[in-house]
Formats: sequence, C-alpha cells, structure tokens
Amino acid sequence: MIYSKDLDPNFKYEVSAEMGGINIMRCFACGACTAGCPVREIDERYNPRRIIRMVLLGMRERVLKSDFIWLCSTCYTCYDRCPQDVRLTSIMTALKNIAVKEGHVHPSFREQARLVGTFGRLYEIEDFDNKKREKMGLPPIKKTFEDVKEILKGTRVGGMVE
Amino acid sequence: MRYALFLGCTIPVRGQNYELSARKVAEALGIEFVDVEGFGCCGFPVKSTDAEATTVLAARNIAQASRQGLEICTLCNACTAVLTHAAREMDGDEGLRGRVNAELGKVSLEYKPGVRIRHFSRILYEDFGPEKLSGKAKLDMSQLNFSIHYGCHYLRPKELYGGFDNAEDPKTVEKLVESTGAKVVGYKNRLECCGGAILGVEQEIALKMAKDKLDNVTANRVDALVTICPFCTIMYEDNQKKIEEMFGKVYNLPVLYLPQVLGLALGLDQRVLGFRLNKVKAKDLLQKLEDANPQETTGESAQAQEVRR
Repeated sequence: MIYSKDLDPNFKYEVSAEMGGINIMRCFACGACTAGCPVREIDERYNPRRIIRMVLLGMRERVLKSDFIWLCSTCYTCYDRCPQDVRLTSIMTALKNIAVKEGHVHPSFREQARLVGTFGRLYEIEDFDNKKREKMGLPPIKKTFEDVKEILKGTRVGGMVE
Repeated sequence: MRYALFLGCTIPVRGQNYELSARKVAEALGIEFVDVEGFGCCGFPVKSTDAEATTVLAARNIAQASRQGLEICTLCNACTAVLTHAAREMDGDEGLRGRVNAELGKVSLEYKPGVRIRHFSRILYEDFGPEKLSGKAKLDMSQLNFSIHYGCHYLRPKELYGGFDNAEDPKTVEKLVESTGAKVVGYKNRLECCGGAILGVEQEIALKMAKDKLDNVTANRVDALVTICPFCTIMYEDNQKKIEEMFGKVYNLPVLYLPQVLGLALGLDQRVLGFRLNKVKAKDLLQKLEDANPQETTGESAQAQEVRR
C-alpha cells in the first residue's frame, strides 16, 4: 500500500534539478525502457518504468534506500529508444548521486570512488606492473596523479579518499 | 595521422593484448600514437557517485590532449562515451564549463572545446575504411568465422556519435572484420550489454548477462568472439571459466580484440599481437590460419607454442 502521507511531492523537482534528471516529468509510462532493458530481462527487481513512477509519485525514501537503483548497467538502450527523450540512464545517475548525498552509497561504487580519488586510476599501479609492461615493450604508466586529488577535493569523490 | 592514445584504467593493466595489438596495427598503417603521461581515469567509475566529478576528470584528460593539439584515440568504449559526453555537456553549458575550469585552473589546465574524440575502431573505419584495409591484407583469412560484440558505449547514446554507425543495426566492426576476408556470423541479441558495469554490484546478474551472450554466440560455429572494449572482454573471457562452472557449461570460446584480428590479416606475428595473454587460447584458430597460409607465418606454429608451454 502507498500512503500519501509518506510521499514527498517535491522529489520529482529535486531529481529534475540534479545533473541528468531534467526530463523526468516527460515520462508517459509507455514501458519501452523496460521492454528493452537487459538487466530487467534477468532480474525483475530492476524495473525502469516502475522506478520513474515511484519518483513521480514522490516515494523518495523507498527509491533512495533501495538496492535496485544501483543495478542499471548504463547500456543506454532505454535512453536511445525512449519516445519522450526522458534520458533514463542519466536519471538513474541522478538518483544514485542523490542517494550518495544522503549517505546511501553502494560499497562497490564507494570503493571505485576511493581508488580513483586516491590514485587517479581504478587500479593501484605497482612497480611490478610497469616491469611487466617494460618486458612486453610497452611504455610505463604513471602510478598516481597528485593533480587529480587536487581537483576532486571539493567533490563527493574527494570525500571518499581516506 | 597523430593521435593522443587514451588507454584508460583497465587496458594498461588487464588488457595489454589489446594495447599491444592496437599499437602494432597502428604502426603498420602509419598511424602515430602519442602517449600523454598525464592521462588518467576518464571518470566513468565515479559517475554513480558524482556526475560532475566525472566531467571534471574527463575535462582534465581532454585539456591535456588539446594542449598538445592532438585528437584523442580511445580503445575502451566507456572512456569513449564518457569523454565525448563530458565534452558535449561542457560545450552546451557555460555554467558547467566555468565550474569545471575553476577546478582545472588549480592545476594549470583549461578545457577548451574542439578536441575530437574517437574510438580506434571508428578511426579505422572512417579514415582507412574496409577497402583500403582489405588491400593491405596479407593472409588468407577466408576460412575463419567470427562473431562481433560491439559493446554499448561504442554506439550509444547515439546522440554522441553523429550517426557514424547505426546504433540499432551496427555494421562498422563487421565490415572491418570482413575486410580481412573472414566471415562474420550473426547471432541472437547481438546488441545485448555485457553486464560489466554492474559486475561489482550484483555479480550474479552480470554473469547471467554474459552467459546469455556466450550461449547465443556458441549456438553457431565460430572461431572467436571479437570485442572492442576491455570491460566486455573481462565479462566474456576472464569470467568465462567462472560462468562455465556456475552454469555447468563448456564454451571454450576465444575472445579476440579487433586489432588482434586485423593484425593477423596484416601478416603481423601473433606474438607481437599479444595472443599469449589471451586467457582462452586461440590455438585452433591460429592453426587453421597457418594451414591456409603455409607460405606465410603467424609466428611459431600453434602446436610448437603449446609444447613450449
């Protein structure tokens, strides 16, 4: 059951003001996104049309605390096929970004942010890696980028660096 | 033709066969790759956490290429889309560009519009084209059959790519592979996503997505699956054994990067194309090629190589 007292009618405006969220109110619920979604094909917990409806209804807490918002594989199939140009992939990014602001971060993305924020790369490079590359005849790669730390300082990624 | 080679995070550490073969094919075709020391993460891995931070990271990389007056050549699909998308957003939004440049200013960088960003495969298609490549092919590849996996971000979102390929029915990589004389075999759901982006979120869903692809590709008789993105290869090759164990299947499907296939056709030695690094060994394919080209050599014979191993 959905109770109107639990709904936040401003949630859709909040999402639409977030980067990538602007077109959310264009959705007329045709379901093209969901029909072509490769994740939905495997797991029914991830249902793009349903997620949009939940946002438009104002089910803020349910959406932001859910596990399903992290399941978008960012394939952009729905993004390209949507007749209303809702840009669902970007909306999923906006929802995840708002969830992170509220302190709900999926551990996988927390770790990715920590690595990129710390090293400027997704992988920590050891001398061993560059020795291996040298043996293959490949040029060395830089281990860390101090300037990345500097420019990410004020961002949520910077906040995840220990 | 000079390009700043953008490797991203995964290729230089987990996809050196892609890097090796791309560099060798470029060299053979007279393309010069410039390594930019400051190139780091494109920004894709932090998009779910902070989309604006992604734009800052992307802009940081683009700014370094523009300082050297170079176009960017990417190898990874995700890097391609993230860099292209960030440029598009900044070019259309002065406020965003101002905020990003305020951050970049701290490290003496500035994002300026106008840097062209293209995937290596697109560069090969647009600047060389299948006919020219076909003219350079030295080996007879006509007995080989390949299926193609494009990966999502090479094609989508389509607004990023100016219609160079059809996102719903792509042909560019097919045509490049066919230029070698090899046959391309279609399969069910060929545009389906590899699942790589959610491997860390829900491994089971991601691996099921990859399993469906492996099932569909191996429903036909093909010598290998050809990819153009390291994420996709991690799903189909690095995780192939795990998927086989999880679902009680046997695929034994080699997964080759496009430049490895093109390199073979150009007559390059399989050793310099990094075949040793492929986890599912392509020895049957190499043997087939050698049998069809007794005069030419693809390196030491696959059999001899196996003995040495």
